[in-house]
Amino acid sequence: MTAALSLGDRPQLRRGVRVSTDPLSQAPILLFPEGVLFLNETAAAVIRHCDGSRTVAHMVQAIDEIYDGVAVGDVLSLVADLVAQRLMVVDRG
Amino acid sequence: MDRPLGLLAELTYRCPLHCPYCSNPVTVPDTAELALPEWLRVLEQARQLGVLQLHLSGGEPLIRPDLAVLVTRARELGFYVNLVTSGVGLDESRARELADAGIDHVQLSLQDADRAAGDNTAGARVFDRKMTAAAVITALGLPLTINVVLHRTNIGHIAAIADLAAALAADRLELAHTQYYGWALLNRSALLPTPEQVVAAEQAVARARALHGGTMEIVYVVADYYEPYPKPCMHGWGRRHIIIAPDGRALPCPAAAQIVGLGIDNVTERSLGEIWYLSPSFTRFRGDEWMSEPCRSCPRKAIDFGGCRCQAFALTGDAARADPICQLSPDHHLIDSAVSSATPRSLRFRSNPASS
Ligand SMILES: C[S@@+](CC[C@H](N)C(=O)[O-])C[C@H]1O[C@@H](n2cnc3c(N)ncnc32)[C@H](O)[C@@H]1O
Ligand code: SF4
Ligand code: SF4
Repeated sequence: MTAALSLGDRPQLRRGVRVSTDPLSQAPILLFPEGVLFLNETAAAVIRHCDGSRTVAHMVQAIDEIYDGVAVGDVLSLVADLVAQRLMVVDRG
Repeated sequence: MDRPLGLLAELTYRCPLHCPYCSNPVTVPDTAELALPEWLRVLEQARQLGVLQLHLSGGEPLIRPDLAVLVTRARELGFYVNLVTSGVGLDESRARELADAGIDHVQLSLQDADRAAGDNTAGARVFDRKMTAAAVITALGLPLTINVVLHRTNIGHIAAIADLAAALAADRLELAHTQYYGWALLNRSALLPTPEQVVAAEQAVARARALHGGTMEIVYVVADYYEPYPKPCMHGWGRRHIIIAPDGRALPCPAAAQIVGLGIDNVTERSLGEIWYLSPSFTRFRGDEWMSEPCRSCPRKAIDFGGCRCQAFALTGDAARADPICQLSPDHHLIDSAVSSATPRSLRFRSNPASS
């Protein structure tokens, strides 16, 4: 159903999905109607950069400036995973 | 032991509809509904326990005039707030009030694909008001899930239901087979679909996904009466969720109040934290120590937790037995005979609690 992600795609969280903080562990979390996903800091940073206007390529660059040496493949697979779970949608570039 | 993640607040059992599939209890105790300050205290205690998600349901939650106050406070505390509603009472100004208060998501139930069939099942003229509710929800930019409970009467209408949900611009459509609790258990014989209907429904869901899946997620909750193994009820007893009944009783599952001798506690008498960690009602079936055979030595116990305690109690009188849905259960014949004796007969419509 979803084609592989490319560097020109512009992902964003789907309506009804938002980033928040776990009140107990202070870890970043993703909240949506049916549940919750606990995130690590890098994943949270990637998601925060997915605003529907930035491309995947831009994000990789921006994330790389904060966290040294983030692999493009990791960012792509995280985003693809969230798209597959229908937590993210993409505008095809 | 895990902390709870979700709180289901059943704000009232009152409801303007009379769905014969309603999972609410058939008889409810003659006790007063919690007042606003009590609900606000419950929310604070739930947040301290680490609860992330709040589902406002009932009965019909829109009946409570203080709903927006609860939503506002819930958002201040950091909850994800989901409103579970029939849509009756959700006109534009009410929807705007709730959107401003910070509702994150609305789950709107429909009974069927068109006015005549829908109103027939609801036992009230509500279809048009639901259409209005859906329109105002999406106009405000709120995410919308349409929920339809499936049974013998509407299970053949999946294509039309999916078309309607797509036309209403729903983000998600949840097609959920009736769970047999409360009024639904009373009406089971008339609600149970035939095996042929279940097969046809699965095909209809696949076609609807092919047609609408790009824009609308379609979730299909299977008919457990036709499954070989039970559902992982509540993701395990006392493991993730707390349900608060309208009068403040804290339950591990919406149907748990019927289990005799469970030792249910009330949030007006004990704190939610004490209840979660210590109340016999929550500890009784937590983990797998309570299990007997065939569950005790079964590898699937980590997946389904032995199924639903409330279903075991309702069908066998013993909440500690395996869920009779399981083909390995010695009580499985109860399911087979319910299925084979199901007949289309008249339904008993849900009535309202005498008091409130
Ligand atoms: C008990 S209702 C209360 C909220 C509101 N009155 C409504 O019906 O939308 C909560 C949700 O459970 C669904 N529901 C009711 N009875 C059910 C049953 N026997 N099995 C599965 N879902 C059920 C409803 O469609 C609704 O989405
Ligand atoms: S009668 Fe229908 S609308 Fe009312 S609480 Fe039950 S399921 Fe919801
Ligand atoms: S025997 Fe018990 S644990 Fe095993 S599948 Fe059946 S209900 Fe689940």
